[in-house]
Amino acid sequence: MVNNNKARADNLHVYYGNFHALKGVSLPVIDKGITALIGPSGCGKSTLLRAFNRMHDLTPGNRYQGEIRLYPDDVNILADTVDPIAVRMRIGMVFQKPNPFPRSIFENVAYGLRLRGVHGKVALSEKVEAALQAAALWNEVKDRLDKPASALSGGQQQRLCIARCLATEPELLLFDEPTSALDPIATASIEELMVALREHYSILIVTHNMQQAARVSDQTAFMLMGELIEYSNTKQLFIKPDDPRTEDYITGRFG
Amino acid sequence: MSQTVMNQTFSQTFVRIIRKAKTQQSVYLVFAWLALVVIVLTFIALVGQLLLEGMPRLRAEFFTNFASRHAERAGILAAWVGSLMVIGVTMITALPLALATGVYLEEYAPKSKWVLLIELNIANLASVPSIIYGLLALGVFVYTLGLGQSVLTAGLTLALLILPMLIVTTREAIRAVPLSVREAAYALGSTRWQTVRHHVLPYASPGILTGVILSVSRALGETAPIITIGALSYIAFLPPPPSSAEFPFINFDWLFAGFTVLPIQMFNWTSRPEAAFAANAAAAGLVLLVLTLFLNAVAIYLRQHIRKQMQW
Repeated sequence: MVNNNKARADNLHVYYGNFHALKGVSLPVIDKGITALIGPSGCGKSTLLRAFNRMHDLTPGNRYQGEIRLYPDDVNILADTVDPIAVRMRIGMVFQKPNPFPRSIFENVAYGLRLRGVHGKVALSEKVEAALQAAALWNEVKDRLDKPASALSGGQQQRLCIARCLATEPELLLFDEPTSALDPIATASIEELMVALREHYSILIVTHNMQQAARVSDQTAFMLMGELIEYSNTKQLFIKPDDPRTEDYITGRFG
Repeated sequence: MSQTVMNQTFSQTFVRIIRKAKTQQSVYLVFAWLALVVIVLTFIALVGQLLLEGMPRLRAEFFTNFASRHAERAGILAAWVGSLMVIGVTMITALPLALATGVYLEEYAPKSKWVLLIELNIANLASVPSIIYGLLALGVFVYTLGLGQSVLTAGLTLALLILPMLIVTTREAIRAVPLSVREAAYALGSTRWQTVRHHVLPYASPGILTGVILSVSRALGETAPIITIGALSYIAFLPPPPSSAEFPFINFDWLFAGFTVLPIQMFNWTSRPEAAFAANAAAAGLVLLVLTLFLNAVAIYLRQHIRKQMQW
């Protein structure tokens, strides 16, 4: 059976203590492509994204119900028998605000590799360079790899965070509103980068910016109050949505 | 015409309001300056008096002589060596305990009622008078554990004394490390311990060092608990050196030796009737002051060094 999905959430519920944040969401994440999650604040899109690398496990009292299956090995990454750290080793994440470590540019990219047991100097610098190349940052930083990451601009810091992620060769990349803290020029460079990455990576992105979803993604899902309202091809969702609530949202009638 | 009149009254009102606000500001500034002058004068008087009285006594022999019945022959050898040894024991025991406690409470402990109770207790312990720690140490270290009136007992006592403060500052420093950095580490696949070890502790270390500075200063000057456990005030020998020429080259006998510390030596001298001993006390006070400042300077240097390496 040919499966062109990288992952699939199946009837997924997430509880923050007693709060039912995600109510039975089923969503495929396509392989080698970009799936966008849109919806108003508090609709659960970030909650859904963070379930994919088990970030909710870090806060006691959070619970999952349902499954997220990761392909090709078809494993339920939410199962109790699966170590969340093993999940995070396979699935990378880029956050809303650039969050480089207060260390050198090189050390930032090398950290994930060190965690995975890469220690040789040559191997490390090769992989760090490759990751910075892939994140379209190499030419800007190649002469100052030992300088602190904080010396970079916001957009560069975010691309550094992407490089840090890419260095570990993740199977799935999660982007949590990656451009909401950036100016329009930096935003454009990140979007360009995402489009370039979709050749080789499966990407799931949460965005507040509907134009962004329309510009970069292949598939789009619209969420509202913890539920998935509509999921389809991006073009179709924006031009001819099936659900009136989707139409209200994308035409700016609420949210 | 009436428009202009109105505008004039308006601007006059503003002028009055602004003038009043500025007067209030001047009054505040005068008070602030007065407060500053009082503080600076007090400090100058304190150090000035110590310098005038003690400076002539600060000869090399003062550092190499033991206490003596003759004021001009008396020195602080036992006291400064004792102070350094005690503070060494204090930091070696207190710092790891404070780090472990701070990390556990901030990064590992579930937010339960028990943890809350422990946190409350630690905060309260920081304000317990130091003599109470002396009594506790006398009962536990000297009598129950039989450690004697030794360097070890004094070091452990001061460790207990500064532990709450050190834990509180460690926790604050750990809490100041942004959640976003922890999330970045976790998302890359690090365990809780790796996150603490590679990120949280290094980034918190400048703040932790600030706590160390404060604690060392406090411990060096403490007198009451050390007297309570029975430090000697007249002593004419040094603890055995911590290293020896023959195997295993290291020697822990000094831990169990009798000792004195600078503030006790000072206390002893100030209680003598002769004026010459008062000069000795002032000189010892200067040494204590300089020693404290020196240890602080080392910690501040380290802190700046770390800060330069980590830039947010």
